[in-house]
Amino acid sequence: MLKIDNLCVSYGGIQALRGISLEVPDGKIVTLIGANGAGKSTTLRTITGLVKASSGSITWNGEELLGKSIDKIIGAGIAMSPEGRRVFADMSVLENLRIGAYLRNDKAEIEKDIQWVYKLFPRLEERSWQLSGTLSGGEQQMLAVGRALMSRPKLMMLDEPSLGLAPLVVQDIFSIIREINKQGVTVLLIEQNANMALKIADLAYVLETGNITLSGTGAELLANEKVREAYLGKNS
Amino acid sequence: MQYAISILLSGVSLGGQYALIAIGYTMVYGILRLINFAHGDVFMVAGLMMVYLSAALPLAAALPLVLLLTVLLGFLIERAAYKPLRTAPRMSVMISAIGVSYLLQNLATYATGGLPQMYPEIPGLSATVTIAGVSIKWATIVTPFLVVILVVALTQLIHHTKTGMAMRAVAKDFETAQLMGIRLNAVISVTFVIGSFLAGVGSCLYFTNYQSVVPLSGALPGLRAFVAAVFGGIGSIPGAVVGAFIIGLSESIIKGSDWSVFSDAFTFALLIVILVVKPTGLFGEKVTDKV
Repeated sequence: MLKIDNLCVSYGGIQALRGISLEVPDGKIVTLIGANGAGKSTTLRTITGLVKASSGSITWNGEELLGKSIDKIIGAGIAMSPEGRRVFADMSVLENLRIGAYLRNDKAEIEKDIQWVYKLFPRLEERSWQLSGTLSGGEQQMLAVGRALMSRPKLMMLDEPSLGLAPLVVQDIFSIIREINKQGVTVLLIEQNANMALKIADLAYVLETGNITLSGTGAELLANEKVREAYLGKNS
Repeated sequence: MQYAISILLSGVSLGGQYALIAIGYTMVYGILRLINFAHGDVFMVAGLMMVYLSAALPLAAALPLVLLLTVLLGFLIERAAYKPLRTAPRMSVMISAIGVSYLLQNLATYATGGLPQMYPEIPGLSATVTIAGVSIKWATIVTPFLVVILVVALTQLIHHTKTGMAMRAVAKDFETAQLMGIRLNAVISVTFVIGSFLAGVGSCLYFTNYQSVVPLSGALPGLRAFVAAVFGGIGSIPGAVVGAFIIGLSESIIKGSDWSVFSDAFTFALLIVILVVKPTGLFGEKVTDKV
């Protein structure tokens, strides 16, 4: 279980997170919704160690993550598909998957997992040798997710996986997220597309200017008047 | 005819030596976007270390030791002068590199008293041989072959090993590479180690031909190799090698003509032309990113 307690992060005087606390129980899909600049990405980036916290704590199965190096945190079973996909454009699809398994040394198992990712995303198998910079946005997102899966994470964090994708592709991505979760991977999802995110989430948190203002099950927040007004558009 | 052969041979050999230095510039630039101005001086220090160590040790021990110490020097420069500035603006790191460059030159002046030091004869490299009536050193002949072997080995490393994959990832995207579990500082250190090793090899070949080392010995070859790296497209290893051979050959041809005093002017004029016509160099990076 990932547990964040009273986490504060600031960038040169600007407080991005003002003491947030949340929990990501094992096996669940948890989503963090909020407007631009609310601190969603900062939260994920702090968990991975890319951003340093000013105070608070992040524990992963009881172990403190703050202060650990990024490779140690990734090695502990946490993976992230970053915002904007960030696939390695001049590497092939296959190489992108291999680099996702950078910290692993079990060759046979890596090959197995490549096949597993190809099964989840048949499009990637067809394009195995293609440079990933030539893929469409949706395919790149699939690759970013597949690449993160290659580290065999126990917790998978996704930063805006639906950004800039066509509605049909977004549905594909979300059904894959569900599928990954069913196979035992805990998911922490950040979305501006609150409607989609809340529908698949077991637990949800609303982040506003660095504070968590609401939390509950996905269904609860989906029905919540304030959430509907602020994030879903009143009539949706 | 003989004259043409000797110019061609020395041009190719010079080009090979520049290539070994240029790879260090281009690799560091590829990863850190830093022009490591101290690189030419590392090359010079390798020459000086050879002078001093060969006086105290048998050559078979001095040569590997020089390469090892050169690698260590490159590693330490990165840790001491560039790593603390990882998040600083690029200009600060570049100024730090210029500082290291002067530091090495001053230390060399202090150690040598500014007097030229005779480079030791390396058996096998210093011996001369006559080809088609032209008498040349073995170093001249060995250089292009050695360069090809080292470059092929380096390309294999970059494209077919995990370390190489990590280097390519870091060169493209610091953050995402870290998210894969790649340790940034380890990869950057490896880059400096490889660059310094090649500069060390280059210095053995270069100074065997030129015979003496002075504190400024690294400055001009370093600059020419840098021009070669830019010419070929900075960040690209094949570019640096091709660029270096072009610069080496053109320098050799001009030095063999009546215009020999203008050889450096020509080299830099070539740089200006390529920057105007094709700013990314011969093999400059294509942008394949898709938003």
